[in-house]
Amino acid sequence: MKRFMHKSNLITLIYKDFRLEWRNKFALGGVILYLISTVFVTYLAFDGVIEMRTWNALFWLILLFAATNAILKSFIQEGENRQLFYYPLTNAREVIGAKIIYNSALMIVLSLAGLLVFIAFMGNPLQNTPVFLANMLLGTVGLASVLTLVSAIAARAKNNFTLMAILGFPLVLPLLLMTIRVSELGLSGGSFAAAAGDVLIILLIISIAVVLSVLLFPYIWRE
Amino acid sequence: MDQVKKNWWKLTGIVLLLYVIVGGLLFDVPQLDNLLQSIRSIYFHVGMWFGMIFILGVGLVFSIRYLSTSDPKDDLRALSAVKTGLLFGFLGLLTGMIWAKFTWGAFWLNDPKLNGAVVGVFIYLAYMVLRSSVDDREKRAKLAAVYSIFAFVLFIVFIMILPRTATFSIHPGIESNPALVPGDLAAEMRPVFYPAMIGWFIMSYWLYRIMFRVSVLAEMTKELSENKKTEG
Repeated sequence: MKRFMHKSNLITLIYKDFRLEWRNKFALGGVILYLISTVFVTYLAFDGVIEMRTWNALFWLILLFAATNAILKSFIQEGENRQLFYYPLTNAREVIGAKIIYNSALMIVLSLAGLLVFIAFMGNPLQNTPVFLANMLLGTVGLASVLTLVSAIAARAKNNFTLMAILGFPLVLPLLLMTIRVSELGLSGGSFAAAAGDVLIILLIISIAVVLSVLLFPYIWRE
Repeated sequence: MDQVKKNWWKLTGIVLLLYVIVGGLLFDVPQLDNLLQSIRSIYFHVGMWFGMIFILGVGLVFSIRYLSTSDPKDDLRALSAVKTGLLFGFLGLLTGMIWAKFTWGAFWLNDPKLNGAVVGVFIYLAYMVLRSSVDDREKRAKLAAVYSIFAFVLFIVFIMILPRTATFSIHPGIESNPALVPGDLAAEMRPVFYPAMIGWFIMSYWLYRIMFRVSVLAEMTKELSENKKTEG
C-alpha cells in the first residue's frame, strides 16, 4: 500500500489508468474498431467524392462520437467498490485531474489513429499540416476536458451512452465550432497567425472546463 | 394594505407589461423596409430571451447554494427556475419563428442567434432528462446542481463566442448584443423597450415563485402518500 501511494497521487492515478487500459485491451480495441468502422461507413456512404469542408465536418463528428464512447467508460469501468477503495487514499481533485489528463492522452492517440484511417479512406486535403495537427491535439484535449465531468455525472446516474450524449453534445458545441474553424484554416493552408484569436478562445474554454471540473467533482464523487 | 406592501413588485410588473402591450402596439415606431410594423415584436420576443437568461441565472445561484447548504428546497428552487427558463425559451422560439416568417419569409433559418437559443433549450431539456433518470433525491439534486453550473457557464461562453463563428447573420448587431448598446435602438422605441425588459424580468421571477410553490406542494403530497403506504 505504501508503495502504491508513494509517488505523487496524481501521477500514480494516471499510471493506474494506463495499466487498467493495458490490462483490458479489448476496450481500447473496441473504440479503435468503432472509429475505423465509422470512417468506413462514411467512405462508402459518400462514395469517395468529398469536398474539403465536408471532410472537415465529418472528421470532427467522428472524433466527437469516438470521444463520447471512449470517455464514457472512464468512470463506469471502475465500479463503486473501487471508488470506496480510493476514498481514504486520495482526494476528489486528484481523481478528476488524473482522469482529465488520462482522457486527453487517450484522445490524442485516438485522434492520431483516426486521422491516419480517415486520410487513407477519404483522401488527404491537408495543406498546412502543423496548424491542422496542433489544432487537432488542442481540440481533442478540449473534448476530453469537457466530457470527463459529464461522464462522471452519467456514470453516477447509472445511465448509458444516450445520457452522456444529450448532456455532453450541447456543452462541447462552442469548443467544436471553434476547433472546426481552425481546422478549416489548416486544411486550406492558413497560417498560425490567422488562427491565433480562435486558438486563444479554445484555450480559454479548456481552462474554464478544467477549473469547473476540479471545483465541482468533489460534490459528486462521494455518494 | 399589507398585501400591497408584500406584493408591490408584482403590481409593478403588471402595470409595466400592461403599459408595454398598449404602448408597444400603439406608439410610433420607425418605418424600416422589410420590418415595417413587425418591429413591434421586439418588445415581446427579445423580452422572452432576456427573461430566460435572467431566470436561468437565478437557477444558477440556487444550484450553487444547494451545493453548500444541501437544502432540498434550494434544489426545488433551481428546478423551478429551469422550468420557467424553458417556458420562456419555448415562447422565445415561437415568437421568433412567427416574426421570422413575416420578415424573412421562413419559420427557420440557419442563424447563429437561433442556434444559440436552441442549444440553450437542449441543455436544459437534458437537465430534465438527467433528473428523471436518478431516483435517489439527494443524489439527483447533487448531480443536477453540478451539471447546471457546468452547463450554464459553458452556455454563456457559447453565446459570447457564437458571433465569431458566423460570417453572416440575419439578426442585427452581429458583433455585440443589439438593443442594449445605447444608440442602437431608435429613440422612440426606448420608452417602451426598457420598461418591457424590466416587466418581463418581474414576470419570469413571479412565474418561478409560483412554480416553486407548486413543486413544494407536490413534494409534500408525494411524501404524505409514501408515508401512508409504509404505515398501511
